[in-house]
Amino acid sequence: MKKLSILLALVLAMTAFTAGCGGGEEASESGNPVVKIGVFEPASGDNGAGGKQETLGIQYANSVCPTVEIGGTTYDVQLEIVDNESSTDKGPTAAQALVSSGVSVVLGSYGSGVSIAASDIFGDAGIPAIGVTCTNPQVTEGNDHYFRICFLDPFQGTVLANFATDVFEAKTAYCLSKLGDDYSVGLCNYFQEAFEALGGTVVYETFPEGNSDFASYVANAVKANADVFFAPVSTEAAVLIIDQAAAQGLTIPLLAGDTWDSNVITAAAKGKNVEIYVTTFYQEGGDPEFDAGIKAWIEADSTNLANNNGNTDLAAVTAMGYDAYFTALEAMKAAGSIEPADIMAALPGVTYVGVSGDISFNEIGDANRDVAYVKKCNAADGVWEFVAVQGIE
Amino acid sequence: MDFVRDNLPYILAGISVGGQYALIAIGYTMVYGILRLINFAHGDMFMIAGLMAVYAVTWMPLYVAIPFIVVLTVLLGFGIERVAYKPLRSAPRMSVMISAIGVSYLLQNAALYITGGLTKTYPNIPFLADTITVFGATTKVVTVVTPFLTIGLVILLVILINNTKIGMAMRAVSRDFETSRLMGIKIDSVISMTFIIGSFLAAIGSILYFTNYTGVMPTAGAMPGLKAFVAAVFGGIGSIPGAVIGAFIIGICENIIKGLGWTTFSDAFTFALLIVILIVKPTGLFGEKNIDKV
Repeated sequence: MKKLSILLALVLAMTAFTAGCGGGEEASESGNPVVKIGVFEPASGDNGAGGKQETLGIQYANSVCPTVEIGGTTYDVQLEIVDNESSTDKGPTAAQALVSSGVSVVLGSYGSGVSIAASDIFGDAGIPAIGVTCTNPQVTEGNDHYFRICFLDPFQGTVLANFATDVFEAKTAYCLSKLGDDYSVGLCNYFQEAFEALGGTVVYETFPEGNSDFASYVANAVKANADVFFAPVSTEAAVLIIDQAAAQGLTIPLLAGDTWDSNVITAAAKGKNVEIYVTTFYQEGGDPEFDAGIKAWIEADSTNLANNNGNTDLAAVTAMGYDAYFTALEAMKAAGSIEPADIMAALPGVTYVGVSGDISFNEIGDANRDVAYVKKCNAADGVWEFVAVQGIE
Repeated sequence: MDFVRDNLPYILAGISVGGQYALIAIGYTMVYGILRLINFAHGDMFMIAGLMAVYAVTWMPLYVAIPFIVVLTVLLGFGIERVAYKPLRSAPRMSVMISAIGVSYLLQNAALYITGGLTKTYPNIPFLADTITVFGATTKVVTVVTPFLTIGLVILLVILINNTKIGMAMRAVSRDFETSRLMGIKIDSVISMTFIIGSFLAAIGSILYFTNYTGVMPTAGAMPGLKAFVAAVFGGIGSIPGAVIGAFIIGICENIIKGLGWTTFSDAFTFALLIVILIVKPTGLFGEKNIDKV
């Protein structure tokens, strides 16, 4: 009985202690009040590599500009980073964690599927979200809380279809998407629409979750006499497709969307006989000052370096993450408050000149963007080379 | 000739992936034969073997790394049995199975922790990863090597089981656990040997599989593991030739279905086959007959 009472006393003391820590207005070391920005990104699963690179951009922006002045008060910006595991069933739980930690605005996610899945959680909590590189139209459609700073898939699909017909004179395209993945299925559909409107034919196939045997898909593309292989899938699957394409000596170019703009792809293609073209948001060298700054920052920390796949090649999503952070700060400044509802009201009017171009929102909450960069993978050296700025007529 | 050139890639891919499933399936089927346990951690062992190769080549030359990871995988299989299954020897069978599921998740999450969730690229093994042309179809050498290596290993295994003392002990234990113990067979060493053989084959399978499909991620073992399990059930769980034939059938059918353009249903086929087999012939192609003792 005595033991029990001691235990009870101890537990009580501990609770009192923790309560003491958590209670009251949150303040950081510098004494400034804190405003929290939620980072809703995958760090594992299919899109782990891309999610980590996007997060790097946000973290770098936070290290460049760790405070913000809102309505005359200087706030310290604190990032709340969660891992949505690239999964539409685990994403909402991660989103809930952000809501519970009291964030003012959310950035992310890489991968449209998770963004769509978590959208209602943010909507119900009244927290605005800024999509960084989720390009599926459904993310912002029919709601007031989701905004985005990148171009959309109907645009991207059309750009790629134009590119395929203009540059490769393609008549037949082989499209491959992952079953149940909103991003790749959506982009393939838009590509198909545009490509068929240009007079081409499309062979469209899908692969199931967890598949890593792409031998037959590559063989199917060859059998279909395709002129281009369009596979806007996750980088995880992309690596396997590239490897298999090289193994079977595929001679047609591989085409993909923004997801493939990653040094994961160049690393996979290095030394192999493959041709890869992607459309993307930012071309390295677009803002030399930003490039140099973030490279030094990535180099200085081994964790950051590992998250950027072991080297300092910049992914476009990193630049987009950087711009998204500053767009969020602009929104807070415009709102003059850290209340999510005020920020949401201010967001449609926010404009910002980012490293990836000018950012402003239309009435749906999408960014006004009308060009995409086309890059080619130089397989000999394993680097991206700029090809063209492509718009649509 | 055009017909051959068009369709050969599917058959080649099917035979090679079938051989890789077979090497995993043997591990399932042998453990089931002896312990009546479905070792759910087996697919994840396969993934861990792949992951070990990714890290091993960063410290040592390839010709040292390959034997090293095979030995390490064998030790891991042995260790898992000793730690997670042996203490439960007298417990109900269900407890051991739940322990196996626990080990499976432990391995997956350990891999998630080590890799940070990112896919690791499997090291390039010279010769195996080179490309060759077979009747106009270009593929990796490993695709052609796999079926021969698999069949060779299976023949060795059958010889081992039929002609050695430990093989005889294995057959005895699989026939009657209690009686063979009474006859003085050291049950624990027989079971350990089973896990050692199973892990060895899984390690070889992982080298072949990941050389062809180079992405190693924490869940990379789940799908091949499940399909190898289906193959083992299809062939008749407990039967080694059954598991091998089942694995080849599944690998080939899967790729032919993809070649016919029904890519969406390639996995659905495998699992539909499992259901059909369980309904029509629950003991599988070569499964032991259930004799009701009166």
